[in-house]
Amino acid sequence: MRYSLLIYEPDSDFARRTDPEAKAAYLAGWPPYLHALKDAGVLIASVGLMGPETATTVRLRDGRRLVQDGPFAEAKEQLGGLCVIEVPDLDAALEWAARCPAAPTGTVEVRPALPPVP
Amino acid sequence: MDGDARRTVERAARDSRARLLAYLSARTRDLPGAEDALADAFRTALETWPRDGIPARPEAWLLTAARRRLIDGARRARVRGDAAAAMMALSEEAYEVADDAPAFPDDRLKLMFVCAHPAIDPAARAPLMLQTVLGLDAARIASAFLVKPSAMGQRLARAKAKIRDAGIAFAIPGPADLPGRLDAVLDAIYAAYGSGWDDIAGADPRRRGLAEEALDLGRLAAGLLPHAAEAQGLLALMLLCEARRPARRGHGGAYVPLAAQDTALWDKRMIAEAESVLAHAEQLYAVGRFQLEAAIQLVHARRAVVGATDWEAIALLYEGLLRIAPSIGAGVSRAAALAEAGGAALGWAALEVLAEEDVAAYQPYWAVAAHLLARLGRRAEAARAYARAMGLCEDPAMRAFLAAEAARL
Repeated sequence: MRYSLLIYEPDSDFARRTDPEAKAAYLAGWPPYLHALKDAGVLIASVGLMGPETATTVRLRDGRRLVQDGPFAEAKEQLGGLCVIEVPDLDAALEWAARCPAAPTGTVEVRPALPPVP
Repeated sequence: MDGDARRTVERAARDSRARLLAYLSARTRDLPGAEDALADAFRTALETWPRDGIPARPEAWLLTAARRRLIDGARRARVRGDAAAAMMALSEEAYEVADDAPAFPDDRLKLMFVCAHPAIDPAARAPLMLQTVLGLDAARIASAFLVKPSAMGQRLARAKAKIRDAGIAFAIPGPADLPGRLDAVLDAIYAAYGSGWDDIAGADPRRRGLAEEALDLGRLAAGLLPHAAEAQGLLALMLLCEARRPARRGHGGAYVPLAAQDTALWDKRMIAEAESVLAHAEQLYAVGRFQLEAAIQLVHARRAVVGATDWEAIALLYEGLLRIAPSIGAGVSRAAALAEAGGAALGWAALEVLAEEDVAAYQPYWAVAAHLLARLGRRAEAARAYARAMGLCEDPAMRAFLAAEAARL
């Protein structure tokens, strides 16, 4: 089955990405994780996202385009990236979610994907 | 002949439904689909068996009928382009065993592990097990857990949809995950048992029998996992509690505290069974919460043989229990045991140190405190504690007992 691992990170983790002292330690965890996903043959796609301060939202209401600065919702944790994986069952997906470098400080939401459009 | 066929269908529904459901859903991960297919198979059996005769192997017949329905459903889904449903299906080979094997594999334990999966709403786990593994209907489960039938129906439906949509595997967890997952299974069984136990002596007809049904689940888990010490421990614990049921209420439904129970009313056969189950568990050298609780109840049970209770042993066992599974209940029970073993002052000292916020609304604490304060001659404090215990009480018989004790101050 196909699952998305939606990786939510706290503000402090987003801050670590640009903090010269903490940056190296923050980034070091990701390449091994993504390589492990690839080597296991389960990774379909992955993307890391820039911080929520870079976000812009768009809504169409009554034919009018409403464009706003900021992420979808203000929250203590924001979407920092996602991986799409193909594994046999939920437990296998949870296993990979637990290995995610953001799991100790953030939250990884595991969602089954809808079947691909035929 | 008609009657025979009907009885055979009913017997199959009672004895084999859970195994058929577990077998089918383990292969599709789709509980609602498997339930529908089985219901359909039973319905067809009721129509055709009286006319055509009872098949040589009724279970295999039902399985084949249900399986056919599932395969047809998957084909239709594929035609509709519903890939999600088609994906879950269902090669014919997956079910081959049904036609030529004398028996099909027992997947009920897998079903129990799915019901107690951490991805399932904790409030749905025990109800889901009772419904799928024991075949209880949603209305009955709802009343046992004191929620509206519609709410319970929704809770169960949501959990089943989650199992299907999130792709939870029907599997017995590997050695690394087994202990944690088994805990969830055993906790759910114990929650079901506790729900029936609180309803002392079946005062509430809606909950009658729930304890026995939980006991059935416990027997099943212990039987399917002979090497899991805690599964044995839980079975022994439930057997020992169940053995005392006839003695828990006196004339007119009056509450009878354990120390005053007539041991002649205890079920000696159940106690003996518990003793041998627990002895087997001890051979596995994996002490746990349920084994310790069972050991405590076994010390109580020995009063039937030796005429006295070894309170020191009980206090020690509670100390062990507090070390591996701290709980306010065990803390209060340990204090009560110490009071019996070494005097009220010793018991009160153990009770007094419990954190105030933990005990503020914990009824057994106030009942034990009242009893010990009365024994220490601190009548005003005892009276206040009795009042508090009565105020927190849910059970009218227990409240009447406390009122009588308070009146004797």
